[in-house]
Amino acid sequence: MEVLVASAIGIMTAAGLYLVMRLRTFPVILGISLLTYAVNVFLFASGRLTIGAPPILTEAEVYSDPLPQALVLTAIVISFGMTAVVVMIALGSYLGSNDDRVNDPESVAEEDVT
Amino acid sequence: MTHWLIAPVILPAMLAPFIVLAARYHLSIQRVFSVVGVLAQIAIAIGLLWAASDGTIMLYQLGDWAAPFGIVLVGDRLSTMMVLLTAVLSLMVLLYAIGSGWDDRGRHFHALFQFQIMGIMGAFLTGDLFNLFVFFEVLLIASYGLMIHAGGNDRLRAGVQYVLFNLLGSTLFLFALGAIYAETGTLNMADLAARADLISADASVGIRVAAVLLLLVFAIKAALVPLHFWLPSSYAEAPGPVAALFAIMTKVGAYAIIRVYTIIFPPDLEVTQGLHDVWLQPAALLSVALGMIGVLAAKKLDRLVAFSVIGSMGMVLIAISMFTPESIAAALYYIIHSTLAGAALFLIVDLVKDSRGSLVLRAMPPVAGATVTSALFFAAAIAMAGLPPLSGFIGKLLILDAAFASDMQPLIWTVILASSLIAVVGFGRAGSTVFWKAKSIPVDDDAELAMPPGAMAYAAVFGLLAMSVALTVFGGFVHDFTTATAAQLFNPEPYISTVVDTPGKLSSPTEGY
Repeated sequence: MEVLVASAIGIMTAAGLYLVMRLRTFPVILGISLLTYAVNVFLFASGRLTIGAPPILTEAEVYSDPLPQALVLTAIVISFGMTAVVVMIALGSYLGSNDDRVNDPESVAEEDVT
Repeated sequence: MTHWLIAPVILPAMLAPFIVLAARYHLSIQRVFSVVGVLAQIAIAIGLLWAASDGTIMLYQLGDWAAPFGIVLVGDRLSTMMVLLTAVLSLMVLLYAIGSGWDDRGRHFHALFQFQIMGIMGAFLTGDLFNLFVFFEVLLIASYGLMIHAGGNDRLRAGVQYVLFNLLGSTLFLFALGAIYAETGTLNMADLAARADLISADASVGIRVAAVLLLLVFAIKAALVPLHFWLPSSYAEAPGPVAALFAIMTKVGAYAIIRVYTIIFPPDLEVTQGLHDVWLQPAALLSVALGMIGVLAAKKLDRLVAFSVIGSMGMVLIAISMFTPESIAAALYYIIHSTLAGAALFLIVDLVKDSRGSLVLRAMPPVAGATVTSALFFAAAIAMAGLPPLSGFIGKLLILDAAFASDMQPLIWTVILASSLIAVVGFGRAGSTVFWKAKSIPVDDDAELAMPPGAMAYAAVFGLLAMSVALTVFGGFVHDFTTATAAQLFNPEPYISTVVDTPGKLSSPTEGY
C-alpha cells in the first residue's frame, strides 16, 4: 500500500509540475489542481497509513490519526476556493486581452517603453 | 488570560462582513467604519506592545484548549511590534486610498482591506504552524481581490501570475507541513521546538527536508532571489495604495523566518546546520545586488520601486542570515524602516502616475503638484537608499556593525556598500528624469491641466516619512527595544514553557473518563 500511495503522490506531482510549466492558464490551473490533490494525499499519509481503524481514542488497540484528516479538510476547502478565484481572474484576463499566456508577452513589455 | 490578544484578528473579521452586508452602497459609511476600525487597531496594538514590552509572553488559548491540542495565539515582543507596524501602516494606506479616490474605483475595497489586515495580524500572532498557513491564505485571498481592484487588462494579467505563483507557494507550504507532522506528530511551534531537539542525527532526513521546504516557502513570501519573480510585475501593476500595503507582506515572510528558525530550528540545532550561512546568506546577498541593479536598470518608475523592495528585503535577510542577537536586532530595525520607506515610495509613484499618464523614465511635462511630490520623492529615496539623515542609514549601519562578528564580513560590506551606491545613482537618475528634466519640456498650452493630488493623499505620504524621521530621532529607543526582542528570541525557554505548560480545559481528566 505504501508503494501505491507514494507513487500516486509522485506521479500526480510530476504531472502537475509538467502542466504548470506549459504557461497557458488552462493547463496551469489543471496542473495546480493536480498538485493540490497530491498534497492532500501526502497530508493523509503523514498520519501513517491505517485501514479500518476508528479516528478516535477508544478501547481498540489501533486507531487512525484524526488530525491529518482535519488538516486535509482545511486544505481542500482552501484550494477549492482558490481554484475558483484563479479561474475567474484568468477568465477575465483572457476575455479582456484575448490571450491566455501566463508570462508577460514580449510585445507588451516593449510597447510600454517606446 | 487576556482576551485582547485576539482582538486584532477579531475586529477586522467582524468589520469586513459588516461593511459588505450593511454598508454596501454607502462609500462614506464604509470609509468611516474602515478608518475607525484601523484607529482601534492601533490603540489595541499599542496596548499589546505595552503589555509585552516588559518581556511578558501573552498566551490566548482558543476555546480554553491547552496547547498542543488546541490552537494558541502568542504575543511576545516580536509579534506585538509587527502588529503595531501593520496597524500604523494600514492607517496611512487607508487615508491615501480615501484621499486619492482609489477606494471608489472598484467595489469592496474596504472589506478586502479589513480581511487583508486580519490575515496579516493573525500570521503575526499565531503560535501554530498550520494556523500560520491558514492566515497566510486569508491574507492572500484578500490580496488577490485588492491586487485586481479597479480591473484593467494589464492588472488582470499580473493578477493571474500573482495568484498562480502564490498557489504554488501554498502547495509547497502544505508539503512542508505534512513532512513536519509526519516526523514529529505536532504542528504547535513551542511543542515542535522540544521535539525537533529529540530527533537523532541519523534519522533526520525528513525533518531536514521539511526545514528546507519551509525556508523555501518563506523565501517566496519574502521575495528572496531567485524566488522573487512574482514581485516586480504584481507590485507594479497593483493599485498604488495596495502596493503600499503589500510592503508589509514581504515582511510576513521575514517574520516567519525569524520566528521558525529561532524557536523550532535554532541556529545551534545540529540537524539543520548550514541552512543560514550556506544557503540563506548567498541568496540574500544576491537579492541586495540584484534589487539595487534593478533600481538602476528599471525603465519605469513603478518597477524601480518594486526592485528597491527586493533589495531592501535582501538587506533584511542578510541581517537575519547572520543569526546573532545583534544582527536580528538590526534586521528588526530595518524591517520597520523598509516597510515605511517602501510604502511611501509606492504612494509617491501613484501620485506621479495620477497626472503623468505613463511611468516610463523619460522627460515629460511636469506632474501636477510637482514641487511637493518631488520633495517627497527626494526624502523617500534618501530613506530607501540608506543615506543620512533618515532611518535607512541607521538601519544599514546596524547591519554593517553586526557583520563584524561574521566570517563573511568583507563580502557583506562590499555588497551592501556597492549596492547602496548603485541605488543612489538609480534613484538620482529616476528623480532627475521625472522631476528635473520636466522643466525643459515645453507644455502644450491647450493641454488640460491635471488636478494636483488631494491634501489627504499628501498627508498620508507625509505621515509615513514623518515616521521614518521619528525612527531616526528615537533610533536609540527603538534599537533598545529590538535588542530586547532579539534577546527574547534567542532565549525561547519562557515562550515554550508559557505555551506548553499553561493548563487548559483538558489538562486534568474529568470524572469518569
